Parts: sequence; structure tokens; C-alpha cells
Amino acid sequence: MSEPLLRVRDLSVTFPVRGREGWPWARPRPLRAVRDVSFDLAAGESLGIVGESGSGKTTLARALIGTVPAAAGEARWQGEDLLRMPPAARHRHRRDIQMVFQDPLAALDPRMTAGEIIAEPLLVHEPRLARREVRARVAQMMERVGLLPNQVNRYPHEFSGGQCQRINIARALVVRPRLVVCDEPVSALDVSVQAQVINLLGDLGRDLGLALIFIAHDLAVVKHICDRILVFYLGRAMELGAARDVVREPRHPYTRALVAAAPIPDPAIERGRRTAVLEGDLPSPLAPPSGCVFRTRCPIARPSCAAAIPPMQDFGGGHLAACPHTGQAGHGEAPG
Amino acid sequence: MTLLFGRRMFREPLPPGTGDAPAGRSLWHDARARFVRNRAAVASLVVLLLVTLFALFGDFVAAWSNEEIDWSMLGSVAENGAPSLANGHWFGVDELGRDLFARTVQGTRISLMVGIVGALISVVVGTLYGATAGYFGGRLDGVMMRVVDVLMAIPYMFVLILFMVVFGRSILMLFIGIGLVSWLDMARIARGQTLNIKHREFVEAAVAIGVRPRRIILRHIVPNLLGVVIVYATLLVPSMIIYESFISFLGLGVQEPDTSWGALINDGASQMQYGTLWQLLFPLFFFVVTLFSLFFLGDGLRDALDPNDR
Ligand SMILES: Nc1ncnc2c1ncn2[C@@H]1O[C@H](COP(=O)(O)OP(=O)(O)O)[C@@H](O)[C@H]1O
Ligand SMILES: [Mg+2]
Repeated sequence: MSEPLLRVRDLSVTFPVRGREGWPWARPRPLRAVRDVSFDLAAGESLGIVGESGSGKTTLARALIGTVPAAAGEARWQGEDLLRMPPAARHRHRRDIQMVFQDPLAALDPRMTAGEIIAEPLLVHEPRLARREVRARVAQMMERVGLLPNQVNRYPHEFSGGQCQRINIARALVVRPRLVVCDEPVSALDVSVQAQVINLLGDLGRDLGLALIFIAHDLAVVKHICDRILVFYLGRAMELGAARDVVREPRHPYTRALVAAAPIPDPAIERGRRTAVLEGDLPSPLAPPSGCVFRTRCPIARPSCAAAIPPMQDFGGGHLAACPHTGQAGHGEAPG
Repeated sequence: MTLLFGRRMFREPLPPGTGDAPAGRSLWHDARARFVRNRAAVASLVVLLLVTLFALFGDFVAAWSNEEIDWSMLGSVAENGAPSLANGHWFGVDELGRDLFARTVQGTRISLMVGIVGALISVVVGTLYGATAGYFGGRLDGVMMRVVDVLMAIPYMFVLILFMVVFGRSILMLFIGIGLVSWLDMARIARGQTLNIKHREFVEAAVAIGVRPRRIILRHIVPNLLGVVIVYATLLVPSMIIYESFISFLGLGVQEPDTSWGALINDGASQMQYGTLWQLLFPLFFFVVTLFSLFFLGDGLRDALDPNDR
């Protein structure tokens, strides 16, 4: 296979956090928000990242756009490692990878108008562009995301949440990036507009040939618009595979629990499904369980799970899951 | 704001057929609406305008100039020098027989100027300094703020008096001296606010886009700081005026024939025993009214600009 657009290998992000007492001389403890995550992303492909809140999805996105430092690993963008690039080269690549944030209003500067916000990436990356040209590109982008041209001078607080997210999308796309990272782009929006924004992102991704990383906390949102899905738990990848395989034939007990939580309108699959509801809370990332991080909530956990971190196993067709016992668990698996 | 940061890009007409783009309601518009509803603040603004007009145009209405000595008064100031409409000394005369109205105009001018220049220096220097330290953080922040701490530890009066003694007493030296100390508090305030703002998502979005630190500070941090900075600046103007008045009261500030509120109040106070109370009361009235108005104005601005902070 040729070099993918983005190749992430063993990426880890660690935050130093101080204890609650906060003594200034206390050594900060490492909070490993993302550990040893690997995946490939081809040009034009869309990857869904699914995991509970607090599992490190946003942190992974931040590491990719370069707003938090990575502790280890590499993220190769067309062969070049983004994490170890000299600043000037990294700056050039910022154009290629854009991000749409979770809270659409908070991601917009309250003192700038919609037009100024959307124009900013252009001013940064194409400083020689004539003003007339900038205005035309902004107007064109606004139209593309479904904003009215006469909203160009309005301020973020005058827009609804869905419209703010459209401004965010326009800002991300105006410099024609190759990859857009969408961090739960609809979870802060009204249910009635979620579908519109998801469809907009899906359409834009397809029409512009964009690669998408689409983060969500449940499978329902990503399974329709993503080619592949990465399941995340406590900073680690649990399962990775084609969207269809992951949803129909989840291999990892955690993915099974996620699938169980999202009803599937297909009787054939519904029948074969075990309704395993996940109990308990996400353990603290400051003190993750030894061995498999999921074992404390896993229905098929056994003593050996605490011993070693299970490696990713290939189940064929690029379908990977980090659970050595899943085959023997005897869960009914629907035919694929 | 608009002019300062060149935000006119989208104010020009749009391509034909797109209709017109009405101007948005910026946060400043909202703040103005809230401010106008605050009666005390609006009244204070009117009073300050009147005081400013008095300082600017008082000379044209004054019957006497501020240098002329009314020889007919000399030696009989206590008996004949009281305020009078008939002889044109509306505020009376000072102990040398000079017209107090003209002197008050002159003093108001200098005191207001000290306040405004001091506040301007503090706004420009303090805001940029504090925002830079806060945004970059780390070692740069440490060094920059320790410099502020050290400068703050030096008593400002000592610095000012030293300046006056070393470089001679002049208005310029007064301004430089006040400018040197006035930005320190503002730098701390701006830094504290910046620490909050830089963790907001729109700043992260700007970093992700590739906006350079200089532009982030000028376009994203400073405009979002400005509300707090303006409020604090209106509270700084009075303290600048008080510094200057105190120094002039000590006899170290402005030099004759220049004057200021502090100098006039000092002169008036020293003549009180002779029964020429007007020499104290007129400058004192302007001083007090202006300071009160500035405090009310600052209050009104705070309510208007940071509605959620209350
Ligand atoms: N800047 C930070 N400093 C310290 N801990 C952080 C920071 N950002 C995130 N974390 C921690 O990292 C973990 C993962 O967070 P996050 O990536 O936001 O999860 P998600 O987006 O999946 O909800 C959480 O436990 C969170 O508390
Ligand atoms: Mg998140």
C-alpha cells in the first residue's frame, strides 16, 4: 500500500497534574490521556473515533493539530513527522489539517464578525491575497456551508448554535485543507440541527475529497458517515476496523457494550445481539487499571487480564481488536 | 477599535446581487445600551464633559488672564478679593491678586492632562506588557512579572521626587515619572485576564489555524481584555490626579506660574487662616466633583462591560 495521508504510530500524550492538595513542591503526577494509539488515514477517507467522555478523544485531536505536545510516538503526514518538525515547516502544514471544535460558540472570538473569523486562516496562509479576493472566498464559503451573505458582519452571539458550527466549518475549509478533525461537532447542538450539520460535513467531505476524523461519544453518529471506526477507552485504542465490521461484528467487549447502547434498525442484527449494559464509571486516568484498562468493567474479564496489556489482534480485513479472549467468550455474533 | 485593527474589510459593499450586509450588534453595542440605562454613570459623563469644556474654553470667557495681577487687590485680598460678578473675579483672587477663575482653568487643564496621559500610558504599555507575559507564560512571564514586582517595590513617591530633583521640575518630568509607575498595576491586571482568555477555545482555534503569537495577542487577547482595561483605566485617572496633587501639595510638582488642582488647594489651604476660604473651596470643588464623577463612570462602565462578573 502506498503511504497514507496520515500515519499515527504509538502516539501518547501525558499531562503533568498536581494533586488536589497542590503543594508547590509536590511532584506533578503524569496523566496519560492518550497511550500508544496507532492508525492510518488515507486521503479522502473518514475515520470515526468513538469513546466515552474523558477517554482522551479531544486530547488525541489536539495532539494532531499541534496544540498539545505529544509525549511519544509519531504522526507522519505524507511521510513527514508532524511532531518533530521545525516550527516553520509545522506552520506550513497547519493549513492542511484544520479542526472543528466541540463548543461552536466558544471556538469563535466574541469580538470578531463572522466574516473576519472565516477570513482569518486566509490572511494567515495566503497573506498576499487581495482583499477583494478574500471577500469573495469568504462569501463563497459562507454560501457553501449554508450561511446567508448578509450575515457576514454579524457577531457570533447573534447566531444560533447550528449557525455557529457552520461558521466553524467555513473557517476550517476556507484554506482548502486535506484533513478536518471534527471534535464532537454536534454534541453541543439541538437534536433538530444535529442531522443537518452531520450531513453538511459528510457532503463537504465527499465533494471536496477531504479526509475526516470524526469524533463522537457514541456509535450512532459516526457509523453512517465514516468509512472506518476507532474505538477508544481510557486513552487506548480498543478496536479499529471498517465501520460496517465494527458495528455488525464488534470484537471487543467494550465495543459490544457501545453497540448495545445504540439500537440498530435491523432485526437480523438485533436478534443476535446481547444487551450488555456497561456498569460503573470510567476509572481515573491517573491510576489506570493494570493490564487491560477495560477489565474493571468487562463482562468477560479473567485474572490474566490484569497481567499484561493485550496487543491488537487482527481479525482479518484490517479489523483489529485488543482482546485476546473475545473469540472464546461465546457471544452470539451475527453473520457479517 | 475598528480603526485601530483595520476591521473594515467587510464594511465595503458586497458583490451585486447578494443584498446588503447589515452591521452586526457587537458586544460594544450591548455594553453601550447597558451603560445608557445607568443614570448615575451618564450624569457623571456629562459632568466630566463640562469639566473638560471648562478646561478647554474657560480662558475665552475669563475676564482676566491667569498671569495678570490685579494691583487693586494687592494687600487687601481678604477684604476685596472675594468672588464677585462686578469686578470679573468670579472665583475671587488668590493671595497675589491673580484671578482665581483663570487659575482654576489652568490648574484643571494640567490635572486632567496628568490623569489622561497617565491612564493612556498605563493602558497601552500595561496592557501590551501584561498580555505578552500572560500569553507566553513560562520563563518569559516569570522574568517580566518579577520586573514589575521590583518596580512596584520602589515607592512611587520616591521615584517621582527623585525625578523632579535630578531632572528639574517640569511638566514633562512629571509625565515621565507618572508614566513610569502607572502601568505596573495595569500590567498585572492584563496578565491575570490573559491567563483566563488564553485557555478559551477561540484562542486554541487560532493557534491551530497557525495564527502567529503577535496577531493572537493583538487581535484575540487584547480586544477581549479591553472591557476590563477600560474600567480600570477610568479608576486610574483619579489616582493619577491624586498622585500629582499630592506631589504638588508637597510643593514638588508643577512650578509657578503653572498650577494644578493640588497646587491650588495647597495655596488655598495655607491662606485659610486669613478668611479667604474661596481660594480653597473653588479648586477643591472641581477636584472632588471630577473624582466622584470618574468613580461613578468607572462603576457604570464595569456594569456595562462585564455583565457576568456580578
Ligand atoms: N490540559 C489538560 N491538563 C490535564 N488533564 C487534561 C487536560 N486535558 C485533558 N485532560 C484529561 O485528559 C483526559 C482526557 O480528556 P479529553 O481528551 O478531553 O477526553 P474526551 O474528549 O474523550 O472527553 C481527561 O481525564 C481529562 O481530565
Ligand atoms: Mg472531548
